[in-house]
Amino acid sequence: MILLAVDTSSIGSEVWMAVVTCFAAIFTQNILLSYFLGMCSFISVSREVKTAVGLGAAVVFVMTATTVLNWMAYWWVLVPLNLEFYKYILFIIIIAAFVQLIEMMIDRYSPALYQSLGIFLPLITVNCAILGAVLWMVIREYSLIVTVGFGFGSGVGWMMAIVAMAGIRQRIDESKIPAGLRGPGITLIIAGIMALAFVGFTGVLQ
Amino acid sequence: MIEFVFSVLLLSGIAAGLAMILVISEKVIQNYGPCKITLNKGKKELTVEGGKPLLTTLKEQKIFLPSACGGRGTCGVCKCKVLNGAGPLLPTETPYMDDKERKEGVRLACQVKVRNDMEIEIPAFLFAIQQYQAKLAAVEDLTYDMKRFRFELLGPETMDFVAGQYVQITCPAYKKGVDEVSRAYSIASDPKDTHFVELIVRRVPNGICTTWLFDYLKVGQPVQLTGPYGEFRMSDTQAPMIFIAGGSGMAPFVSILHQMRHVGSTRKADYFFGGNSVRDLCLGQQMAEFEKAIPSFTFHPVVARPHPEDNWTGQTGLVTEAVKRQYSDLSGHEGYLCGSPGMIDASIKVLVGLGMPQDKVYYDKFA
Repeated sequence: MILLAVDTSSIGSEVWMAVVTCFAAIFTQNILLSYFLGMCSFISVSREVKTAVGLGAAVVFVMTATTVLNWMAYWWVLVPLNLEFYKYILFIIIIAAFVQLIEMMIDRYSPALYQSLGIFLPLITVNCAILGAVLWMVIREYSLIVTVGFGFGSGVGWMMAIVAMAGIRQRIDESKIPAGLRGPGITLIIAGIMALAFVGFTGVLQ
Repeated sequence: MIEFVFSVLLLSGIAAGLAMILVISEKVIQNYGPCKITLNKGKKELTVEGGKPLLTTLKEQKIFLPSACGGRGTCGVCKCKVLNGAGPLLPTETPYMDDKERKEGVRLACQVKVRNDMEIEIPAFLFAIQQYQAKLAAVEDLTYDMKRFRFELLGPETMDFVAGQYVQITCPAYKKGVDEVSRAYSIASDPKDTHFVELIVRRVPNGICTTWLFDYLKVGQPVQLTGPYGEFRMSDTQAPMIFIAGGSGMAPFVSILHQMRHVGSTRKADYFFGGNSVRDLCLGQQMAEFEKAIPSFTFHPVVARPHPEDNWTGQTGLVTEAVKRQYSDLSGHEGYLCGSPGMIDASIKVLVGLGMPQDKVYYDKFA
């Protein structure tokens, strides 16, 4: 990886790398369009731009927060104790508990936000994109600061993809689509074409 | 070995710790403190603990909004006006509201949570609805899948209801995996017989409440009822009436016939009872007694598909066909229907087709 070759000796370059990683997670390594993670909600909740924005915002928030939390749990608890093999279980427990806690808090303190964002939170608990981002952060051995950028970028990338998809689907709502392709079928094809377009970003960071 | 035990302990410890955080924060965060609910512009004020749906909160305060599904947001019966403090309309409520109701602030009480002080408006008669402690006094088999349950009211000891109204019965969590639910059943007893309430219930395969009534509840055991609810009743006119109901839809009509007998009514009434086969017919003897006591009343059992061995000599086919055979013009009649939505919609079509004005068709749909 080219990104990892950047000198990480000072905080300044750490932050710079976080920014670059964030950018990469949005465009060149979009978690949805390059790795096809989080497809189920991507297909089922992309009928309307408004709901797509709500779900997307929830994903950005949860992804950023859980990658950071899980980074701490992994590097500060599991690695010192040589229990890395527990990471899958621990990551899932932490994600689930965190999402529940946040849902409770939003429900209590901001009913308006709960209306637009909170109702999507339970959907996200089992979203594979969240776990995927967390596992990547471990595999690629990001530092804490870079992890923040990576989690945020992955979320924004996912949000961008689903909002774009919802926009396209709203537009083709009236189109005559062959019966066998209606719904998920055409959505997958659109996702494929969008993914091809995103390949065009690959060269940007080199 | 030690490593193994340690790692398992650590993982369970983390999980338990997270669970603990959740439990504690639920106690702290979901604690809305006391909230004030103002009913009908100050007619009544309640101070309640927030955090629960409005329907259950009111129920705890002995105000019983009708609800057929037991608070799952599937029946749309527990509507009430919320003037203040409910927040925006939820996606779970919109299917049950028309534009007028949206403007007036009508909400589903089971979906709206009490989070702060609220101002609501409920129909005045709901204040008259009470909760009754009762016990099962008798059970009578009517058909292979229908029973008549007789409940004795213990506290309060009498219920004043209008023939045609219904009660809700609270079905407890009688076995694992079943939560407490309430179900609505029309009253089938004599309105004069105020110390007792009778219900006619048809067994629903795997139904939560009917399974409890049929298989678990024993004579002498306590039950909880609330009521009386509902606007289904005889009109004040003298127009001839046509009753259509099959199965447990019979209940309100039994009650109405009791009432007609008491007042010595001479109003014309024809009851068309529809059953699939002869074994679905019931209460024939009681109907014969009503026919004797109320000269203007006639009972017409109709069997859709009689078996040859039943030797059925009465009317056959659908109940709506029997109505069509007997009448050509119903413009002066009133229709009273009770049963499943499908049966009611089909009957309304036929009655209106025969000239009955739409607003003269009264019905009680089983949700």
